[in-house]
Amino acid sequence: MQLADLADVGATEAHGIAWSERGEVEVLTFELSGEVLAIEAIRVFEILDVLTDTVVPGAPPLVDRIVNFRGKIIPVADLRLAFGMERAEQTVDSRIVVIELALDGEVTLLGLWADRVLEVATFVRSQCEEPPMVGMRWRREYVRYLARRPNGVAIVPDLRTILETVFFERAGS
Amino acid sequence: MNAEDPAAAFRIEAGELLEQVEQGLLDLGHSLADMDLINAVFRGLHTLKGSGAMFGFDALAAFTHHCETAFDRVRKGQVPATAELVAVILSAQDHMRALVEGDAPDADGEAILARLQHALESASGAEPPVAEPGADRQGWRLFFRLPADAMANGTNPLMLLDELRDLGEAHIVARTDEIPPLPDLVATQCHIGWDVTLIGDISREDIEDVFIFVMDDMTLELEPLGDETSDDTAEADSCAVATSPVADTPQAGAPSSAAAASAAKAGESVRVPAERLDELMDRVGELVIAQSRLSQLAHDGDDLVLRSVSEEIERLANELRDTMMVVRMVPVASLFSRFRRLVHDLANDTGKQIALVTEGESTEVDKTVIERLFDPLVHIIRNSCDHGLETAAERAAAGKPETGTVRLSAHQASGEVLITIRDDGRGIDRERVRAKADANGLIQPGQVLSESELLSLIFHPGFSTAAQVTNLSGRGVGMDVVKRTIESLRGSIDVASTEGEGSTITLRIPLTLAIIQGLLVRVGNGSYVIPLAAVEECIELSLEEDFRSRGRSLINLRDRLVPFLRLRELFATGTKPDTHQKIVIVAIGNERVGLVVDQIIGNHQTVIKSLSAFHSGIATFSGATILGDGNVALILDVGQLVAMGQSVDTEEKIHAVG
Repeated sequence: MQLADLADVGATEAHGIAWSERGEVEVLTFELSGEVLAIEAIRVFEILDVLTDTVVPGAPPLVDRIVNFRGKIIPVADLRLAFGMERAEQTVDSRIVVIELALDGEVTLLGLWADRVLEVATFVRSQCEEPPMVGMRWRREYVRYLARRPNGVAIVPDLRTILETVFFERAGS
Repeated sequence: MNAEDPAAAFRIEAGELLEQVEQGLLDLGHSLADMDLINAVFRGLHTLKGSGAMFGFDALAAFTHHCETAFDRVRKGQVPATAELVAVILSAQDHMRALVEGDAPDADGEAILARLQHALESASGAEPPVAEPGADRQGWRLFFRLPADAMANGTNPLMLLDELRDLGEAHIVARTDEIPPLPDLVATQCHIGWDVTLIGDISREDIEDVFIFVMDDMTLELEPLGDETSDDTAEADSCAVATSPVADTPQAGAPSSAAAASAAKAGESVRVPAERLDELMDRVGELVIAQSRLSQLAHDGDDLVLRSVSEEIERLANELRDTMMVVRMVPVASLFSRFRRLVHDLANDTGKQIALVTEGESTEVDKTVIERLFDPLVHIIRNSCDHGLETAAERAAAGKPETGTVRLSAHQASGEVLITIRDDGRGIDRERVRAKADANGLIQPGQVLSESELLSLIFHPGFSTAAQVTNLSGRGVGMDVVKRTIESLRGSIDVASTEGEGSTITLRIPLTLAIIQGLLVRVGNGSYVIPLAAVEECIELSLEEDFRSRGRSLINLRDRLVPFLRLRELFATGTKPDTHQKIVIVAIGNERVGLVVDQIIGNHQTVIKSLSAFHSGIATFSGATILGDGNVALILDVGQLVAMGQSVDTEEKIHAVG
C-alpha cells in the first residue's frame, strides 16, 4: 500500500471536488444513521443490494468486511465509524455503494454501506460550505463540505483523509 | 502481431536467438570439434544478423556480421574452434544483447572485435586449416520459385536476387511461364521464377543461406556448373544436401534439417501474451466458482435432469481447469539453462573449476513461479560456487576431484515441485555460522541450537559467513531475500549440509499459484480455508482436554508436544466453542502447529483471489476465495500461523522453565 499514490490521486479526486465550469457537481446522496452523505456521482461504479459479508479478523474496523462482487472480492467500508456513529443492522433498504478508488496506481473498488440510497442531485458551489472550525460533532478533517439542502444538511466526506487515517492507524498498531 | 511494435517483436526473437547461441557456445566450450554445435551457433548468428538488418538494428547487424564471419571460417574448417574464440564470441554475444536493448557503448564492440581478430589469428596459427577449400567449383546453376504468397509474408524477391549477386558474378533470367492471364492476376502474388547462373567459388551452403527464411516452402533446383563435378549432380536433387569437400560431408546435412526442425517447431506453438493467459485463468476461476454453486443447487433439489446437467458441467469445468493449468506450465529447462552462463562466468571469476549438472529439466511449473524463482536461484548458486566449492588445489588436497559440481535438479512430488541445489564443496562451517551469529547478536552466547536452527541462521537478514566480501556474494543480502521470495510463493526452503562433503538446499514450491486444494473449516460463524498441502492430520479436541489444556496451548501428539492456536480467540469471534472442536495439524518444513477450529467442513477447490490493499497487510491471511454459495472465505497463511505458534511455543517453554 503506497500512501503517496493514494494521496496523489486524492488530490485530484477526493480533496478537491471536480466542479464544472458553472460551479456545479453531480452527487449521489445516501442516508447513514439519519445523516445524509454525498459522494461525487462520477466516482460511483454501481449500487448493489446487500450481499452476505465476511468479517476479516484483524482488519481496521472501518473496513473489516469483504463481499463477493461478481467474482471479485472487494472491501466494504462503514463510514458510520468515521463519524462516531454506531454500527447498525441491515434493513430492506440497505445498499452497498461501490466506488472506484486509485490505490497504488491501480483502480480498486470499494463498497460503502448505505442505509438507503436517496438520489442523484446537483450541488452548486454556493450551497457548499467548508466545515466550521468549532461546534461539529465529527472530526473536521473527515468532512470536505457541508451542503445546504432544502430539508437539512448533507455531508460531503473527505474519503481520502478517512482512508489514509485507517492506514496510519494500522501502521501504528 | 499487426498492432505490435515490430522492433519489440524483434527484441523477443533476438532474445531467444541469443539464448540459443549462448547455449550452443557453452556446449561448444566442452566439445570444440562438434560440427553440429558450430553450425547451430553459426545459424543463430546468421539469423540474428538477417532479421536485425530487416528491423533496422543496423549496428547489431554490422557487429554480428563480424562474429558470423569468424564462425563461418570455423564452420568451413579454415580455423579450428578454440576455447579463446568461444570465450570471445560469448562476450560478443553479451554485447549483441546490449545492442538489441540499444544501450551498448561503441568502444566495447571495438574491443571485442579486436579480441576476436586476435583469437582468430592465434587459432589459425595454432593449427592450419583442416580442409582444403573446394578446389575446382566454378559456379552453380540454379532455379528458384517462391510460393505465391511469399510477398504477403514479407519476402522481397529482389533482395534475394541482390544477395545472390553479392555471392559472385550472377546472370539472372526471369521465368514468366506461370503468370496467369491478366484477369486472374492478383498483383500481390508472386508468380515469377528465376534462373540464375552464379560464377565463382561459392559453396552450396552460401546459396542456401540466401534462402534460409523461405527454404521450406519454395522450389529450389541447384546444380554445379560444368562437367567436372557432374558426379555430384545426381545427388543434388535429393533434398538432404551433401557436398563435395571431404571435410564438409558430415555437417552438410545438418543445416537444412536444423532449419526444418525449427520451422516445424514454430508451426506447433503459438506465442500468446502472458496477460491473456492470466485473463483466461480468471475466467476459468469464475467458471469453477459458478459451477460449484450450480452443483450445490442441483444437489439440494430433486430435479434429476438438472443434476445430470450439473454433473456434466462439473466434469467439463474440471477438465477445462486442468487444461488451463497445463497451458500455464512451462518446463524448468528454460530456467535452468539460464544458469549455465552464470556458472561459466563464476568459474572464470573465481578461478575454480565448476561443472553444472542439471536434472529433471522437463519438470513443469507455473510460469509465474518460474519467473519469480530466477533471482533466488541466482543467489543460491552464487553462494554454492563462491562459498561452497573449494579451489582446485584445496579439492585435490581433500582427495576430491578437482572440478567441483553444482547439481541443480527438479522433480515433482504431490502437488509440489522440489528444486534442489547441491554442491560437493566444503559444506557450511557450523562454527563460523555460530561465531558470526554470536557476533551479530542473533543468538545468546552458549544458546543451545538444533542442527536446523543453526543452519537456518543463514537466512537471517544481514548474515554472511564469507570471511571476505567478494563481488559475487558475501554482502549478507541474499539468503534472507531468497527466503522471503520463496515464502511469497507459498513455498519453503530447507538447508542440509555435511562438513567436507557439501550442502544441499531444497526449495519446495507449489505447482501453481492460482488454484489450490483447500480444507474448508468453520471458526465461529466464519468459514476459512487451510491449504491442504500443509495439513498433516486432524484430531479431536474434547471439551475436557480443552479445559485441561487451558493456560497452556500444547498438545501431546505421539509423544511430541505440538503448540496450538485457538483460532476462535485469534479471530475474536466472540462465540462459544463447539462441543467437538477439532485440531488441524499443519506443518511447514519440520515445524508443526495445531489450529483449533469449530468444525471441519471438507475439501474445497480453492481459486485464490488476492485481498485488496486494505487487507493485504494482515499477516494471518494469504488471500480469499469464493465458496459455492457465493460467500467469501479467507485463506489462512499457514507459514505465518506456524511462526505464530512457534513463538507461543517458545513463550510457554520459557514459562515452564521459569
